[in-house]
Amino acid sequence: MSLAYFLRRFGAVLVVLCIVSVAVFSITTVLPGNAALMILGENASAENLAALERQLGLDQPLIAQYFQWVGGVLQGDFGTSLRLQLPVAQVVGDAFWNSMALAAIALVSVTIIAIPLGTLAALRRGSVWDLLIGLLSYVGTALPEFVTATLLLVFFADPARQLLPAGGFVSPTEDFGGFLEHAILPSATLGLILMAHISRQVRSELSEVLSSDYVRAARLKGLREKRVIRRHALPNSLAPAVAVISLDIGYLLGGIIVVEEIFAWPGLGRLLIYALQNRDLPVIQAVTLLLAVVYALSNLLADVVIAKLDPRVRYA
Amino acid sequence: MRKILKSPTGLIGTVLLAIVFFVTVFGPWVAPYDPQAFDPINRLAGPSLQHWLGTDQYGRDLFSRMLNGAPSTVAFGLGATLLGVGVGSIIGVIAGVAGGRTDSIIMRILDGMLAMPELLFTLLIVTFLGGGTTQAMLAVAVTFTPGMARIARSSVLSVRTREYVLAAQARGESQSWIVGREVLPNALGPIIVEATIRVSFAIMIGATLGFLGLGAQPPSTEWGLMVAESRQFMFRNPWCVAVPGLAIAITAMGFNLFGDALRDAFDPKRSH
Repeated sequence: MSLAYFLRRFGAVLVVLCIVSVAVFSITTVLPGNAALMILGENASAENLAALERQLGLDQPLIAQYFQWVGGVLQGDFGTSLRLQLPVAQVVGDAFWNSMALAAIALVSVTIIAIPLGTLAALRRGSVWDLLIGLLSYVGTALPEFVTATLLLVFFADPARQLLPAGGFVSPTEDFGGFLEHAILPSATLGLILMAHISRQVRSELSEVLSSDYVRAARLKGLREKRVIRRHALPNSLAPAVAVISLDIGYLLGGIIVVEEIFAWPGLGRLLIYALQNRDLPVIQAVTLLLAVVYALSNLLADVVIAKLDPRVRYA
Repeated sequence: MRKILKSPTGLIGTVLLAIVFFVTVFGPWVAPYDPQAFDPINRLAGPSLQHWLGTDQYGRDLFSRMLNGAPSTVAFGLGATLLGVGVGSIIGVIAGVAGGRTDSIIMRILDGMLAMPELLFTLLIVTFLGGGTTQAMLAVAVTFTPGMARIARSSVLSVRTREYVLAAQARGESQSWIVGREVLPNALGPIIVEATIRVSFAIMIGATLGFLGLGAQPPSTEWGLMVAESRQFMFRNPWCVAVPGLAIAITAMGFNLFGDALRDAFDPKRSH
């Protein structure tokens, strides 16, 4: 893993994030109605509006406003929420960690289940297992999160049976068991789609690798099948799986918006929907930017892992 | 087409799509009930001979509502995809053909747009445009544009250096003739495959927007909205969320399977 490779990728991430910040800023500034109108309401007089606009810096040119906003963000100051009258950093902080916890649980549990499933399907191609796993992955990619979530609720959260809580959140520092219990259904919802993608990718990569020359060579050397798969086939088929996982983080971060809303999980997604409904511009900007940063950084991380797994990538 | 029907995924996909299109075209006529007709006595009923798939919280027939929702749901997916694929392909072809600085500027901007999770991007645009079916469709189309542009560009780039294009250049054909007659027809395959698979995403995103109250508005029978409206009653009658939910799944699966089979038919190397 050369430093130059990492720096090059990191530079690309910074460029992309600059573009994203411009995009987020311009989308939120073209939204009808500015912050002054939001605070004072529809019936505010023109003088009051103008005064508040001057106070908030809204009368300055857009470019100056953009740099003021970016300057604040770089110092951790995201402005003040228009609805909640609290610093955005404070509002977003807890929500950020709640979301990341949910995403991490979903991602880790899915990876643990999906890679063996894909391996099984590739090793027993054409068997009932392969067919079942293939079917599961097709159904998984065809169900939007809100449908999966609703069906899971019907099965597991029926008040008559009370298997799992239908929504809500318990702080992990207060009651870790309760926290996990509340996380099961949301993370299962997020996991189903990811599981479909990842297991399908592992299956197709592994089947390709299994028919390659070096696996045949390893078998001809008289190595045991287990060793052939563990040492020769699997490591080479994992790099593309990691690539898919990193792409899937985009789905995951999008899915989290819907899933948090359905299961009343107090994270970034729920906050975003609240902010969108209330036109709370600073919160919308902060949440969107944060999600984009997480997405970009996780893609970077995935690139690094792929380069570690597959030396060819580093020199490409 | 024969190649597609030969693989099991292609066959299932084709059958599912055929059902979906039949329902989309004829559904509203075959529906046994008026989708908005209230039936106060039979509220939240399970499936019966009278109501094949049961009724919702107002006693409206779920089977009829599902059939009536098909045209708007499917048209949404097709419309959004066509628009996104069209605009995206034009941008991608321009970038691929022009090359050089134009190409790198376009690609940087696309990278920035792709750096946001898809649903997040769509939500921002819908909020900017205001909720509603047309707005949601535009938003999905805009979201699809950068990804499609990328695919169109790479597809054009892979064709541009082939011998037949070089031969046309050597013959002294004009740039527009080469692009229109040699490059485009051969670069179309991957674009069509991607578009087919994207229809299923468009349908799912459209339903999600309907579910969040940002897409179709009541009393529309759009499937996502149907799930949202009867969610409160899901424990009393699971059918009223299961019917529209499964309808979405079947439609999305049809486009997915068909797209996969199409890809294998275009590119036999990858078919395993």
